[in-house]
Amino acid sequence: MITPYGRRPRRLTPQRIGLYAFLLITAAFFLTPLYVMVVTSLKTMPEIRAGNLLGLPASLNFEAWGNARSRACTGLSCNGIQLGFWNSVRILIPSLVVSIGVGAVTGYTLSFWRPRGGTLLFGLLIAIAFVPYQVFIYPLVRIYSQVGLNNSLAGIVLVHTMFGLPTMTLLFRNHFAALPIELSKAARVDGAGFWRSFGEIMLPMAVPIIVVAMILQVTGIWNDFILGLVFAGRENLPMTVQLNNIVNTTTGERTYDVDMAATLLTALVPLAVYFISGRWFVRGIAAGAVKG
Amino acid sequence: MSNVSLRDVEIRYGASQVLDRLDLDIGAGEFFVLLGPSGCGKSTLLNAIAGLTEVASGTISIGGRNVTWEEPKDRGIAMVFQSYALYPTMSVRGNMSFGLRVAGMAKAEIAARVEKAAGLLRMTELLDRKPSQLSGGQRQRVAIGRALVRDAGVFLFDEPLSSLDAQLRAELRVEIKHLHHRLGATMIYVTHDQIEALTLADRIAVMRDRKIQQLGTPQDVYQRPANRFVATFVGSPAMSFVKGRIGEDGSFVAGDIRVDLSAYAFATRPVPGQPVELGIRPEHVARAETGLAGVIEMVEPMGADLLAWTRLAEAPVSIRLAAETRIAVGDRVRIELPGRHLSLFDLASGARL
Repeated sequence: MITPYGRRPRRLTPQRIGLYAFLLITAAFFLTPLYVMVVTSLKTMPEIRAGNLLGLPASLNFEAWGNARSRACTGLSCNGIQLGFWNSVRILIPSLVVSIGVGAVTGYTLSFWRPRGGTLLFGLLIAIAFVPYQVFIYPLVRIYSQVGLNNSLAGIVLVHTMFGLPTMTLLFRNHFAALPIELSKAARVDGAGFWRSFGEIMLPMAVPIIVVAMILQVTGIWNDFILGLVFAGRENLPMTVQLNNIVNTTTGERTYDVDMAATLLTALVPLAVYFISGRWFVRGIAAGAVKG
Repeated sequence: MSNVSLRDVEIRYGASQVLDRLDLDIGAGEFFVLLGPSGCGKSTLLNAIAGLTEVASGTISIGGRNVTWEEPKDRGIAMVFQSYALYPTMSVRGNMSFGLRVAGMAKAEIAARVEKAAGLLRMTELLDRKPSQLSGGQRQRVAIGRALVRDAGVFLFDEPLSSLDAQLRAELRVEIKHLHHRLGATMIYVTHDQIEALTLADRIAVMRDRKIQQLGTPQDVYQRPANRFVATFVGSPAMSFVKGRIGEDGSFVAGDIRVDLSAYAFATRPVPGQPVELGIRPEHVARAETGLAGVIEMVEPMGADLLAWTRLAEAPVSIRLAAETRIAVGDRVRIELPGRHLSLFDLASGARL
């Protein structure tokens, strides 16, 4: 029998305390703006004018939320932000499906079929990801107007697909590259061609990565402002653009409660995605080891 | 069952040559083993037969049909991989039937074939499990089952037992041998394990540096290795070697020892004075009253038998003895090297004499 000697290691060391203090401060730093927005949206205008930014509202007043949804004015029309919501959904869904689909096929091709010049192409794609958006906007507008894609849903979906391609390809290529090459050999011996082996073997193995890709793309596309403003056209302006219009349209008094409520409504989708899928996100990132 | 023949096959990766003008004929129903250390080109050769690696020139025929440019699925082959390469999202049944589903076979026929293969491998109760719920040995059994359902003329095995532990390896080895007897199919088997090669093969091709060093039956390869590399690579415990030369009377001379070679079957006659190396397997070293003198330096009990180490002309030589032999370090022994069991190699080229 061996008896332990020496002092038992302490659970709570100064390092621990420092670490927790840092974490708490960081959390407070990021949560404070959210808190201010929520309480402000629930206050009445006289309360807001009183100026106590961090104070709780006297009573729960959801009127601003209703106004933000369906009565706030952007320019001449006063239909609230709801139209923007549906516009954003109409941009998001096809952009999401197309960009992830194209990224998955590209990543699969690069890692399992090794086309001639594939590595170079992939390098270029990654390099392009570091070029700022703004550089592309003017040339793209010119090209779009030549081919008649300006101010259309198809146009904005194509833009999101193009700008999403580097990240999506990287994500899927790395995932597939970690799988044993023998898997694709086995599929070939079994007679599965390019699409069959993609659809029945590789794609089902990529579910965790698809979730990660969805989170990245939903957040990115939903939060986009400039691309939507430039390419979507007046009929399809996304929610972010409409939010900006609401906040900047003032007739008389600035309605902070409505602005806050509209902002929260806009942020709802990415917030929900993180809350629902945070666990999946971590799992997907960590799911490098898919062993047979 | 089909025969396989390769003519002038050449394989390149970019600028480097992997296989150079290789000819090989494998008979129908034969169990053929490609044996060699890693990087010797044996897996590349197997992949070329499967159609997974392109050949730069030459022809590959399976069952008398030239398949050099055909897709793997059209070659009448089935393959088992070292890493199992099971489809992780499909059940065992799904894994086994995938190839047949791709080929568009009728459902009833698929079910019958899967049942038959599963029965043959005694894994019917595993059919609805996912690969992740199986042990290593079971996974490799599924991989073999996936090959079986294809009803192929040639089965290709790429180091199928290398990632299993020793006991399972021995177990599955026997099972593969049984399978070969029952199916009578042609099997080409790649391994770096000489025991697997010796136990399974009808014929072995020992490869090194992208070339076949020796092609022959296991007995041939074991008893008459074509060169020093084959002699060291095959056999465990390994062959012992003593450096020396050919004496004036045609016997082997090293220092003060002399070994009579009158019973040795020479492939090529050596000239007196030629530097040579003499190889002898531990089980062929005999104790004899009139033999060469040595001192025991180490004793390795191995369960079934016992390995004793001595020294002849500075070179360590091992002797295989019965397990119950009473022998200890420091004992003096007299041993004999029987001429008909020796292997003699040219010192410079390593080729058998």
